[in-house]
Amino acid sequence: MSIVPAGTQSRQVQALGDGQSHDYVSIFIAGQMFGIPVLQVQDVLGPQRITRIPLAPPEVAGSLNLRGRIVTAIDVRTRLKLPKNAEGKESMSVVVDQGGEQYSLLVDNVGEVLSLTSGTYERNPATLDSAWRDVSNGIHRLDGNLLIILDVARLLDFATSVDAA
Amino acid sequence: MDDLLSEFLTETAEGLGTLDLELVRLEQNPNDPGLLGNIFRIVHTIKGTCGFLSLPRLEAVAHAAENVLGKIRDGQLIVTPIAISLILSSLDRIKMLLATLEATEAEPDGNDADLIAQLNAFADGQLTDESPAAAPTVAEPEPEPEPEWEPEPEPTPVPVAKAAPVASTAVAKPKQTALAQPEPPAAAAPRAQADGDVKDSAVAASNIRVNVDLLENLMTMVSELVLTRNQLMQILRGQKDSEFGIALQRLSHVTSELQEGVMKTRMQPIGNAWAKLPRLIRDLGIELKKKIDLQMKGAETELDRQVMELIKDPLTHMVRNSADHGIETPIDRVMAGKPETGTVTLSAYHEGGHIIIEIGDDGKGLATELIKKKAIQNGLATEAELAQMSDQQIYQFIFKAGFSTAAAVTSVSGRGVGMDVVRTNIEKIGGTIELKSAPGKGSTFVIKIPLTLAIVSALIVECAGERFAIPQISVVELVRAAPGTETQIERLNGAPVLRLRNRLLPLVGLDELLKLRQSHDTSTECFIVVAQVGTYSFGIIVDRVFDTEEIVVKPVAPLLRDITMFSGNTILGDGAVIMILDPNGIAAATGEITVGADRATAEQAVTRGRQVDKTSLLLFKAGDDSPKAVPLALVARLEEIDRKEIEYSNGKPVVQYRGKLMPLVPIDPALRIGHEGRQPILVFSDKERSMGLLVDEIVDIVEDVLNVQLGSEQPGLIGSAVLAGKATDLVDTGFYLMQAYDDWFGSRSDGALDHVAKTLRVLLVDDSPFFRNLLTPLLTIAGYEVSAVDSADRALDLHEAGEDFDIIISDIEMPGMNGFEFASHVRSDSRWSNVPMVALSSHATPEDLDRGREVGFNDYIAKFDRDALLTSLTATLSLQREVAA
Repeated sequence: MSIVPAGTQSRQVQALGDGQSHDYVSIFIAGQMFGIPVLQVQDVLGPQRITRIPLAPPEVAGSLNLRGRIVTAIDVRTRLKLPKNAEGKESMSVVVDQGGEQYSLLVDNVGEVLSLTSGTYERNPATLDSAWRDVSNGIHRLDGNLLIILDVARLLDFATSVDAA
Repeated sequence: MDDLLSEFLTETAEGLGTLDLELVRLEQNPNDPGLLGNIFRIVHTIKGTCGFLSLPRLEAVAHAAENVLGKIRDGQLIVTPIAISLILSSLDRIKMLLATLEATEAEPDGNDADLIAQLNAFADGQLTDESPAAAPTVAEPEPEPEPEWEPEPEPTPVPVAKAAPVASTAVAKPKQTALAQPEPPAAAAPRAQADGDVKDSAVAASNIRVNVDLLENLMTMVSELVLTRNQLMQILRGQKDSEFGIALQRLSHVTSELQEGVMKTRMQPIGNAWAKLPRLIRDLGIELKKKIDLQMKGAETELDRQVMELIKDPLTHMVRNSADHGIETPIDRVMAGKPETGTVTLSAYHEGGHIIIEIGDDGKGLATELIKKKAIQNGLATEAELAQMSDQQIYQFIFKAGFSTAAAVTSVSGRGVGMDVVRTNIEKIGGTIELKSAPGKGSTFVIKIPLTLAIVSALIVECAGERFAIPQISVVELVRAAPGTETQIERLNGAPVLRLRNRLLPLVGLDELLKLRQSHDTSTECFIVVAQVGTYSFGIIVDRVFDTEEIVVKPVAPLLRDITMFSGNTILGDGAVIMILDPNGIAAATGEITVGADRATAEQAVTRGRQVDKTSLLLFKAGDDSPKAVPLALVARLEEIDRKEIEYSNGKPVVQYRGKLMPLVPIDPALRIGHEGRQPILVFSDKERSMGLLVDEIVDIVEDVLNVQLGSEQPGLIGSAVLAGKATDLVDTGFYLMQAYDDWFGSRSDGALDHVAKTLRVLLVDDSPFFRNLLTPLLTIAGYEVSAVDSADRALDLHEAGEDFDIIISDIEMPGMNGFEFASHVRSDSRWSNVPMVALSSHATPEDLDRGREVGFNDYIAKFDRDALLTSLTATLSLQREVAA
């Protein structure tokens, strides 16, 4: 029983099955390592001034000014149903482009860019929490760590997943 | 020259330029379907436009050429040099015709039978067989048509005369020389053609066509520049004697000029949007048999292209309305002492950062009576509500959906779609619309819209530590409110209001609206931004007000589009992102304005809910000096009768009223009715029966909050309340109704429920004695047997006691168990679980309605809407019976 649509997964498997390596920007949220395909990442920013948007969905942390463009900030912790960050702890921003709009993903920390091959790839384990499985494109077994590949499109499509929940 | 024609010429010239190129390419790639499709489309467009502009000669040539191209496209003919040459020659002919058209604004005389015959022959496949013979003929097409030119010298002399001096310069243009040079003897054709091209180039030199996207893009860039400039200026303000000062000043200047310049590229004279109106008015005049003169002033007034697109249709609609509804027939006009010809005036001018457009007519003005009638018909208002409305308020009904007072639906108007859309469109772009009307003199609509949508002036406010921008156009004034001063916020059942210059202004707390914090602390100083949307004024409570700033409206991210409170966002001078509040959205959320048809129903409910805040009461004097009041909703009519008409029957005063005898009851039993002068009465009606309450003087109708402060022992009075600043006795209408007819509340067979055998029992749960006192007689009048209790607990006691009811009406806000809890209690495991329940509340937001339905209420009615309550009772009960049956 897979939550990821068949098309997405087969594409992913195919992409990873070609033996080539793929680059991911590694990010950390609540101690867990995630990877975002490097080509989707436009910017990595330090703590930013974020304007709260009243009445917005809880996953929307607010808006921020990225060199004159207004970017919607997404609280990835809330999206993954994790508790909010402790007061005063600043978040890093990973700016991604989705459908011509820019979004800033608020994460705890940003690590290095990793080149990963299909050799370490695994599908989502069946026991993975549904909120996580929703946005995961699979797992990479790394030395001493597991990396979850984030599906940015699904991560940002929380309006529908909220309805479904 | 006619705008349409010159546009056609420019467009066709461009099309032809492309065609020349494309045809040559086609010759090289005869099998490229895309190319062929493109060529076909261009020729087709030319043909279509010619037909539209009634240019028969051009149309005929284009048609024949299109015919050939069509067959090539469909594969019936193949692309040969002959075919291309033929098409090219028809293009040349088209160019020649266009040249004359441009010079004389008319097609030259003559016809193109020869060329068309060739084209048709080719289309029929006849020319292909004799291609070797035909080739030379058509390869040089000009000599062919030339003889045909000679017999028609009329058009040529003009171009020739002009062409001669410019011919030499024209050589520089490679495109047309390539065509012109092969036939030096054929003077007329190339010259006419050269003439055309030169004129084209003259037009082209002063005007270029620029893709709108490019302009939009430029505008965005400039907007960014403005923002950056603002940011720099802000930094500069914080630094004294900066060496950047002068350079930044210069940058600021240049930016402003650039902004202005780019804005100008988007500006178009409003006359462009009016171009079709004279024709429209003329046709209307003929159709409606009216004489109408359209006067347009200020057609050169410029406004943003985007804005213009948005107001084009509303304008057309309103002009049409003025001609159809406003202007009378010539006979009526003459009888009214006005000139036979009516005038519709359209004028535009700049004022501040806005453009004002007025659409006026000197017709009959808005028919207040008709609007009233229609409003009652459509259930938008009751007669009593209308009675206290000003004309201006009544006019507003024409902006409601589905409202048309045209007696007959003409092809022109009267379908009731329109003014609501007009208003919505105008408000969507931050504009306002006002209406002035004088009976017999005409009506005028005044539209005020921002010059451009891109950059607006906005007021920056703060609430709960967050900053927001409010577009300046909606802001009427700012009021500082502090407790203990003249301007302080008062609360009606929790809803904040402000007394502002003798009017009660509804307020909305920005913190509550945006759920920024739990509740506003009214004990501190705050500011009220008085905003106006349409004719609805309301105040937005904020913590602080900063200055105004020029902001660039940027659309919000798609994720946030459904939050109607915001019209966009922007970046302030200090680099922070700020949300721009949408006054229309806020007004809609507070429940006054019909923003769109889809919201109308929800809002209607909300609007009803609001009426609780302010109850309409009729103030009058009777007996002693203290003012008395009855809820206006209970009064059917106010009448003044001649005292001579008062008769006595059985010792009691009666009057003949609408063909019946109506008993008259004095408030003061000791009242002696005189025989002279006029006697004011309040008429209470129910079905066939009427009763007149004799009063001394009708003082006023006030809208105020009803708060019964003192109960009354005196029969006929409910209690006292402070109304319009005075202690006022509230009259118990039920008491007087009983005096007129002992059986008014008694067994009735003619009531609304006469099809119901037994009297239905109603349980009324409401903590307010006033409502219980108001509704009990009302429901009794309607034929129900009413048990009223003051709390949900008491109601449940009755349940314990084994009482049964046919329907339960319950208030929502009650101390102790509230209405929602009561309903779920009743619904869950209770003998009453099938008893229909109707909620009665002052809060009728859509969420409340949903919640009410969820917990088991069958219907949700706003307090004081007695008609709705009675309708709902009947409907709910009959539904229940159907279910039971």
